[in-house]
Amino acid sequence: MNITDYGWLGKLSWDSIVFSDLISNFSVSAAVGSTAGAIVIFATIATLALLTWFKVWGTLWSEWLTSTDHKKIGIMYIVFALVMMTRGLLEGMVMRAQQAAAPDGFLYADHFAQLFSTHGTIMIFFVAVPFVVGLVNLVMPLQIGARDVAFPVLNQISLAVTVAAGMLLMVSLVVGEFSTGGWSAYPPYTGGDFNPGVGPDYWIWAIVFSGAGTTLTGINFTVTILKCRAAGMNFFRMPIFCWTVLCSSILMIFAMPPLSVAALMLGFDRYLDFHFFTNDLGGNMMNYANLFWLFGHPEVYLLVLPAYGIFSEVFSTYSAKRLYGYKSLVFATMSIAVLSFTVWLHHFFTMGQSPTINIVFGIATMLIAVPTGVKVYDWMATMYRGRIRFTTPMIYAIGFLILFVIGGLSGVILANPTVDFQVHNTLFLVAHFHNVLIPGVLFGVLAGYNYWFPKAFGFRLDERLGKWSAYLWIVGFMLTFFPLYGAGLLGMPRRSFSYMDLTFKPYMVVAFIGAMVVLCALISLVLQLLVSLRDRQKNRVPVGDPWDGRSLEWSIPAPAPSYNFAELPRVTDRDEFTEAKEQGRAYQPPKVYRDIEIPKNNPLGFLLCVLSGILMFALVWYMWWLALLTTLAIIIVVIASTFRWDSEQIIPASKVQQDTEKWLALVNKTEPVGRDLENTPQNNGYAKLEH
Amino acid sequence: MDGNSSALNKGLRESPGAIHKDPDMVIFGFWVFMMSDLIFFGVVFAIYITMIGATAGGPGPRELFDFGSLFAQTMLLLTSSLTVGIATITMKHQRSQGSFLFWVVVTLLFGLGFLTLELLDFSEMAAKGGIPQRSGYLSAFFGLVPLHGLHVSFGCLWMLVMIAQVLTVGMTDLVKLRFLRLALFWHFLDLIWIGIFSVVYFGGWVYG
Ligand code: HEM
Ligand SMILES: [Cu+2]
Repeated sequence: MNITDYGWLGKLSWDSIVFSDLISNFSVSAAVGSTAGAIVIFATIATLALLTWFKVWGTLWSEWLTSTDHKKIGIMYIVFALVMMTRGLLEGMVMRAQQAAAPDGFLYADHFAQLFSTHGTIMIFFVAVPFVVGLVNLVMPLQIGARDVAFPVLNQISLAVTVAAGMLLMVSLVVGEFSTGGWSAYPPYTGGDFNPGVGPDYWIWAIVFSGAGTTLTGINFTVTILKCRAAGMNFFRMPIFCWTVLCSSILMIFAMPPLSVAALMLGFDRYLDFHFFTNDLGGNMMNYANLFWLFGHPEVYLLVLPAYGIFSEVFSTYSAKRLYGYKSLVFATMSIAVLSFTVWLHHFFTMGQSPTINIVFGIATMLIAVPTGVKVYDWMATMYRGRIRFTTPMIYAIGFLILFVIGGLSGVILANPTVDFQVHNTLFLVAHFHNVLIPGVLFGVLAGYNYWFPKAFGFRLDERLGKWSAYLWIVGFMLTFFPLYGAGLLGMPRRSFSYMDLTFKPYMVVAFIGAMVVLCALISLVLQLLVSLRDRQKNRVPVGDPWDGRSLEWSIPAPAPSYNFAELPRVTDRDEFTEAKEQGRAYQPPKVYRDIEIPKNNPLGFLLCVLSGILMFALVWYMWWLALLTTLAIIIVVIASTFRWDSEQIIPASKVQQDTEKWLALVNKTEPVGRDLENTPQNNGYAKLEH
Repeated sequence: MDGNSSALNKGLRESPGAIHKDPDMVIFGFWVFMMSDLIFFGVVFAIYITMIGATAGGPGPRELFDFGSLFAQTMLLLTSSLTVGIATITMKHQRSQGSFLFWVVVTLLFGLGFLTLELLDFSEMAAKGGIPQRSGYLSAFFGLVPLHGLHVSFGCLWMLVMIAQVLTVGMTDLVKLRFLRLALFWHFLDLIWIGIFSVVYFGGWVYG
């Protein structure tokens, strides 16, 4: 059928709604799908109703949706990531249940395929990336002593398109179906000939828009770090987290375009009958594989490097020691960033290139283990003879240290082409990448979440439930994924909705139990947040330094004021705040109070979120008039926004003075608290200097 | 230098706030954006190169390209880079708004001329059976050359907006800063065109 053959509603019809299947043709698989769809609808309605009930629309609009404050944008990113994580994890559980129940599972093959496709897509693009970007937004400008990121409105726009793309994935639960082609969406299977439905189109547009958001974020963060550091903060005085963010942002700038190109070309093949990747007329699928992994491999380092940064901060703070081997960590980070671009081909050792090429890429892959090893030793040396506190972030960090080494080793095994020929496409691979992604990235962002939460909101998270969650994550992860190494070695293929060989069954059952433990971890995480909200008065840390922190973000009140620093700091040391505390120059009033100029609120991001969401939906469903209309609207809105001339607001010096003096008075009357009491209500965020 | 050895760090900004209006930083940010865009183009170029032979029996470069028109397109675009440069200089030397606008309009006309010729070229190619649906080679061609054309159209739209802004608010700092970025962008497109001419047209003709 030609793309012009569709009417006003494009391909949309009653049969596209998820519930129609349930009515016409009942099955458990359809029931599972409908339940998910119903949850989306119900959750949307409930959220809207609650917001109305509590009359928070006004605040939501003026404090959040239009905000250009990097801290608020960061928080919105994280909220979004947590919502998507809930969905992604639940999909993981359903898949584990299916494979544990096999051979008679309860899902159709196609439904299972949609599950691993959405799960993979969501976890990478809508959980890991936004969570990392959110934390960076929240913390990095504070760590370098800046007022904001370099381009605050651009920051808002990046969030807007990412969220719109995520919402598109939510819509795919209710209308139509998602791609069955996995998170990598290899053509020709995802091309028009084999997949004429809307599934791959959902994937394409979600990837294109969120990818654009990530690219812009990379540009923003790079410029922020290179240009907005406080005086005296030369490169080797930058906190290690900022280093990892810098490298990861450069990866965003260089690695995202290949993905956008690949996805758009796939779109041209599907929509306009081009022949980039088709089987016939000169199309070349290997081009897609190269483009996708030219992005895909750096992507994992793009995620894991900031997590390394978080772990470095955590190890150093909770060991109360300077980070060991700072410079080696910096060079290791840079080498990993560079090497990550030289290994992409290990994702298709088996697709027919010459052994020489496989060997080159195999060796390049193994090389990455070297700088990673350097890091592991640096972290251990940081803990050595430190006064270690076993807090929640530290539990994640230590869990990471041990588990990540296992995951990394299994990666080195896979980097050997001869071994890869045996185990590629089996669950061994699934075990490997979860083994790096969960301890590496997810534990990292969760550690960061626990660590910086007080800075963002002014109160600590509940420590007991936090620990529960961390332990459950570690145990749950091991139970879920270690059996997959075994099943993979026995030859169980990945992405299979069922199997006949019952040798696999016990492994799948254990993995399912593990997934249930992970579910408990998720529940504890939610409970932790709820309990902490309830106890927030008790756990306030207004002074701002609950953990005896070492870098600049801890030197200001919690939550930080919109302008961050009353006076931009001048830096003389790598652990600037620790240095300041030791020399007694922490908590000093500024020499002079000045007016501070910050960007005003801006509705642009919100408008673009709505418009690009509609645009994507229109494109997926072939509603050309709507696509055209929203494109025009986007152009007009953007041009109109360039005519806003008064985009700044001034915070008068008197207000800054008032805030600061109030805070300093609070510091003076607060009793410094020792580390042993840091998780008690005595901790008001004024850490005692101890050695 | 207060331990501040890095050339990129401007050091303490005593005038607080609004860092995003600092020209140095804004222009640098735009350079970084162009680097990302360059990768985008680079990847599409790479695809084109791998697909030069994939004509699947359809028309190839030798049948399709019209070097006469291409020469005219090249001239138009290169000259427009010159005129946008003159516009930048009039802006820098605070010549009259009129002469600035004149040079912007001239650039715009060159840009539109380029786009017209390019579209005519495409339609001639189509008449000879050179449509993107015909082969992988032609898909790659139409993935790359119109991508540049789209950038040029975007630049033209940007010029219109700049003209409107100069007419409504005059040459404010913000307007100037935006124009500087536009000029950079325009030179960048020139550079890409030189790549397209050498790789797509000339390279295609030689190796196709
Ligand atoms: C602990 C919770 C998780 C569970 C139970 C889980 C489970 C699964 C399962 C069953 C599959 C399909 C494997 C197959 O097809 O054989 C899968 C695939 C995948 N998972 Fe997870 N997962 C979890 C967490 C994560 C996280 C945190 C990430 C990333 C940050 C992630 C990324 C992926 C990716 C990229 C795929 C590949 C999808 C594809 O085949 O295209 N998962 N996961
Ligand atoms: Cu890889």
